[in-house]
Amino acid sequence: MDFGFSEEQNLLREQVLRFMTDACPLSVVRAQNGGLPRGLWQQAADLGWLALIVPEAHGGLGLKWIDLAVVLEESGRGLSPLPILSQALAATAIGRCAGDDVKREWLPKVATGDVVFGIGLYDDPTWIDAKGVGLAGGETLTGTKPFVSDAAGATHLLLATRNGERLGLAIVDAGDAALKAQPGIDRTKPFATVSLDRVEPVAAFAMSADDLAFLTDCGAVAATLEAIGAAEAVLALTSEYAKTRIQFDNPIGKYQGVKHRLADMFIDIESFKSLAYHAAWAIDDAPHELPRAASLAKAYAADAFARIGIDGVGLHGAIGFTAEYDAQLYLKRSKWVRSAFGDADYHYRRAASLGGL
Amino acid sequence: MDFDFTPEEQAFRAEVREFLAENLPPRAERGRGFMGEWLRKVRDKRWVGFSWPEEYGGGAGSLTEQAILKEEMALAGAPPLGTSFMGLAWVGPGIIQYGTDEQKQRFIPDILDSKVNWCTGYSEPNHGSDLAAIQTKAERVGDHYVVNGQKIWTTGAPWADWIILLTRTEFDVERKHDGITCLLVPMDSPGIEVRPIENMAGDRNFAEVFFTDVQVPVSNRLGEEGKGWAVTISALANERSSIGEVTQMFAKLESLKDLVRSTNRQGRPASDDPAVRRRLGEFEAKIAAMKYNGLRYLTKQLRGEPLSSETSVNKLHRASLEIEMDDFAVELTGLAGVQLPGSDEAVDGGRWARSSLGWPSVVIGGGTPNIQRNIIAERILGLPKD
Repeated sequence: MDFGFSEEQNLLREQVLRFMTDACPLSVVRAQNGGLPRGLWQQAADLGWLALIVPEAHGGLGLKWIDLAVVLEESGRGLSPLPILSQALAATAIGRCAGDDVKREWLPKVATGDVVFGIGLYDDPTWIDAKGVGLAGGETLTGTKPFVSDAAGATHLLLATRNGERLGLAIVDAGDAALKAQPGIDRTKPFATVSLDRVEPVAAFAMSADDLAFLTDCGAVAATLEAIGAAEAVLALTSEYAKTRIQFDNPIGKYQGVKHRLADMFIDIESFKSLAYHAAWAIDDAPHELPRAASLAKAYAADAFARIGIDGVGLHGAIGFTAEYDAQLYLKRSKWVRSAFGDADYHYRRAASLGGL
Repeated sequence: MDFDFTPEEQAFRAEVREFLAENLPPRAERGRGFMGEWLRKVRDKRWVGFSWPEEYGGGAGSLTEQAILKEEMALAGAPPLGTSFMGLAWVGPGIIQYGTDEQKQRFIPDILDSKVNWCTGYSEPNHGSDLAAIQTKAERVGDHYVVNGQKIWTTGAPWADWIILLTRTEFDVERKHDGITCLLVPMDSPGIEVRPIENMAGDRNFAEVFFTDVQVPVSNRLGEEGKGWAVTISALANERSSIGEVTQMFAKLESLKDLVRSTNRQGRPASDDPAVRRRLGEFEAKIAAMKYNGLRYLTKQLRGEPLSSETSVNKLHRASLEIEMDDFAVELTGLAGVQLPGSDEAVDGGRWARSSLGWPSVVIGGGTPNIQRNIIAERILGLPKD
């Protein structure tokens, strides 16, 4: 029984933290405009983060999602704009669903970061199952795929398609598609609408409804892992403010209206952290436990982090409302986390179903 | 990271299961002699005082095995390992940590053998959450202390044999935490009067306890004079693994699901109601969070890392679950939900209505939720004290 991280995982955590502090502080994050920060991406690739979960046979490090968890948590702490989540989902999707030829060709390039994936699963943003996939599959693709994550900086797009009841995944050269970047609340989580006109995918393979659910669960867990770091950053920022901001002759953190809310933030973060670690572990080591574990973690985090994002701004008073102050950046991330890969309502009800109701 | 147990731990789990299967008949079949026999058997297994040192009659068991024991016992719906909850939970550990050799020999075997029941004299009429401000006076006269004052909300006082009592031996102190002295007092001492208080559920488990010139030998002092706060803190911090409670919560959630399955609202199955399903998902997430929080904290302890006040997190979850699950059940079943045992219309024999009145014993005893939040805010987040 050991529900903690290893020494290697802790070293990796320190490495990511150092990278975020030195190379990708919030001043750099703020300067992003939805494209790929090439230099940072190359550094992340050189440090091996993109290769973590790629099998050794395909040029990766052959580690697990629970190792990647550390990277996601710490990059989330600094609101990293790098599409590590989308890249990891692409690696997982190809590794799970594609044939050997496709794996041999694409996984090594995923690991080196030479290929950068944007990813689009659901066309309907509020329909998290096979029926939410709309783009018609086939020899060539024609139509529109909305809500494609991290598309603007991608070399390739991984798109879910459907042919009647059959689901598939298509890899499309980003240059073959027309991308329209769409403004969203969180600029570190950019979307585009992708238009395709008789585009021939560079690779295509079948995906089952279970595969789609698995990928969605991985995405939900990844978003939750990033939210741990981000929520802890809000708590640290707001606690610090509460210790130094004097009103009515006292630091506001002395007043229970403030301090209890901060304590509640801690309770919630501790809790969705534990749920998320278990879910991340389950991805590789107990996949049968994953649906329930992912739903409990994502549901808890979606509601709790949304509240933390709001109160992180609110407890600061007017300064928190300013563009200059960093609290607002986390609130924006929390809005994305709320809906990404299924919201709290969806996941709580799914947990009830999985629990036999 | 792994959730596997060592072969030795698995063997221990198997041993516990086998024992429970053999020695735990269904509730209805447990006769009058059952409890006495049960207590003797678990004592023979050295499961009582499971983690206490062997030299005092404890089991010297590991943290992980203790968690396994608690989990299996909760799964099987086993009765407690002793009749004195407080004796086992903090009086015994407090005596082992602070007591003299003579005190250990005198008190520990009786706690392990369920021969004596303990209660805890902490709260006073004017000092509950602000515990360190207690005023019950103990004056040293020769080889005795003379105790005068009053305690209240003393759970178990109506039937306890002994009380672990917080008194003040010094009133002129800079910090209110100084000058407190901890005494071990027989409840049949002359000058002690117990007046039970009826709680809102109709039970008389707690009481006012009055002390008038009660003489307590100095040899019954636990720890140093004036240093009783340290004893108290160690007692309150004598953290129990929450794994047994988590197992009970999961069992309660299953009962709640059964209730949902058998309930119609507005002529439709409650289980079809999305709001109902969501609430059950929320309960499950909180219980699962308690489980995995507990395992993270257990891992920390196993690695020899100090636990801070994180365990207040699970106490707060438990508090809100104790309140909300019963409240949900009562609401779910309409006016039938408020029927008590004995009512022809009661749901599940009035179980939910009754437990919806029972939560304060868990939620308020040992520190109210707001005190737990203060602890987290001050000790972990470093916010200024109230």
